[in-house]
Amino acid sequence: MSGPSAEWDAALAEGRFLIQQPVGGGASVFPPRAFAPGTGAELEWVEASSLGTVYSATWIQRKPPEPPYNVVLVDLAEGARMMGRVEGVTPETLQIGMAVKARIIAGETPVLVFDPVEQTNG
Amino acid sequence: MGDIFPRGRVSVAGASTFGVGEMPGHSTIEMAGKAVQLALADAAIGLSEVDGLFIALPDDLFAGLSLAQYLGLHPRFTDNNRAGGASFMSHLVTACMMLDAGYLDCAVIAYGANQRSSGGKLSTPARPDRWDAPYNPMYPLSFYALAAARHMHQYGTTREELASVAVAAREWANTNPEAFAKGPLTIEDVVNSRLISSPIRARDCCLVTDGAAAMVLTRTDRAKDGPKPLVPILGAAAATWYNSVTQADDITITAAAESGARAMAMAGLTPGQIDTVQLYDAFTINTILFLEDLGFCAKGDGGKFVASGAISPGGSLPVNTNGGGLSCCHPGMYGMFAMVEAVRQMRGQAANQIAGAKTALAHGNGGTLSAQATVIFGNAETV
Repeated sequence: MSGPSAEWDAALAEGRFLIQQPVGGGASVFPPRAFAPGTGAELEWVEASSLGTVYSATWIQRKPPEPPYNVVLVDLAEGARMMGRVEGVTPETLQIGMAVKARIIAGETPVLVFDPVEQTNG
Repeated sequence: MGDIFPRGRVSVAGASTFGVGEMPGHSTIEMAGKAVQLALADAAIGLSEVDGLFIALPDDLFAGLSLAQYLGLHPRFTDNNRAGGASFMSHLVTACMMLDAGYLDCAVIAYGANQRSSGGKLSTPARPDRWDAPYNPMYPLSFYALAAARHMHQYGTTREELASVAVAAREWANTNPEAFAKGPLTIEDVVNSRLISSPIRARDCCLVTDGAAAMVLTRTDRAKDGPKPLVPILGAAAATWYNSVTQADDITITAAAESGARAMAMAGLTPGQIDTVQLYDAFTINTILFLEDLGFCAKGDGGKFVASGAISPGGSLPVNTNGGGLSCCHPGMYGMFAMVEAVRQMRGQAANQIAGAKTALAHGNGGTLSAQATVIFGNAETV
């Protein structure tokens, strides 16, 4: 039987973004744990909404002509925070507070990345 | 209960630095050993009297054992606590409790590093954890950049305000013979320096130098008969909230808010009663975050506070009077150097001595704003 981290990895490899929540409610948990941090409460897996908001962002410079790449912190809609990157943005368009949606890039080591969510009025 | 500290009952009997700047041809244990020798000479205490060793080295996970071997001692206790640059403040907490309890009689805290001579890059075995690593953050720089970016967003802190931290540090360094980086440095120089991981630029970053430092601690009843002015330890607290700052509730609030408040409560002091502050300025944002968290200005006002000149020579709160990690030295884990500068201020023997200073706060930071530890030193009038 695998630990929670391996279970999360296995789900990601199947194209599913899981997150843990305390049984009976409470703030979601990431990275995966064997029990809820701070309380020890039992956790269960739920499908993440994949929706989130950029909490902070940095652009890491590389030797030209390589373009800079971003590293962000994302507050997931369920409450947990994770590191990530936002694809398809520039230093001018990537903003703290921007709505983003997670996407899984499949491969030998699948990676979770984020795309900007088009804001619609109303 | 908890947080019972032997206020003033343990003192710094000896303190030293060695090889600050460049000291080629020395291993880390040789650097640390030399600093221990100098600190013991400073205290007029013989090597054979040392019975507790506290040390963290960048390249030796068993540094406590190595130091016992190097010094040729059979210590009653060794402590290898690794909380990054806050390790040494944590060592001091343990040493104070053990000395006051009578378990130890003479404790040495030491550090040494050769990272400038051995390659010129920060030497650390630490890495991003497996959850952060897929996104290739620079470790530790990008983590501090994320804190800085959020601070700017949340409070309107400006690029120029960040730069003023580096300028103040350089002004102090310019009159400290031991400081490695000297010469003019302007706000424009900092904001136009090479961008590394936005918003952090090259001149927002601490130096990469060699350097070693050590302190000898004894009970105050012994230290007061020593050759140097008495420097009692009034309070000391370590606080740990996480390892990766990714997991902070609010990335603009560090565990310094806890360690500082606890240390000051032990000392019976408020921020307004601290005469000088030595803190771990790995990046310019650190100084702003820690001044806020330690209570020297309100949360969010740190940028305006540092830009006002308050922390510069002649300002209302002398901060990093040796030039700090930004301009004096940064041999990887800076905590010892903040404490030694605080001790020098309390002895009245600092290069940039603050007239009449009776209390000094030294603050260490480890990991990615993860481990925070605060020590408050006094002089003979404070006990």
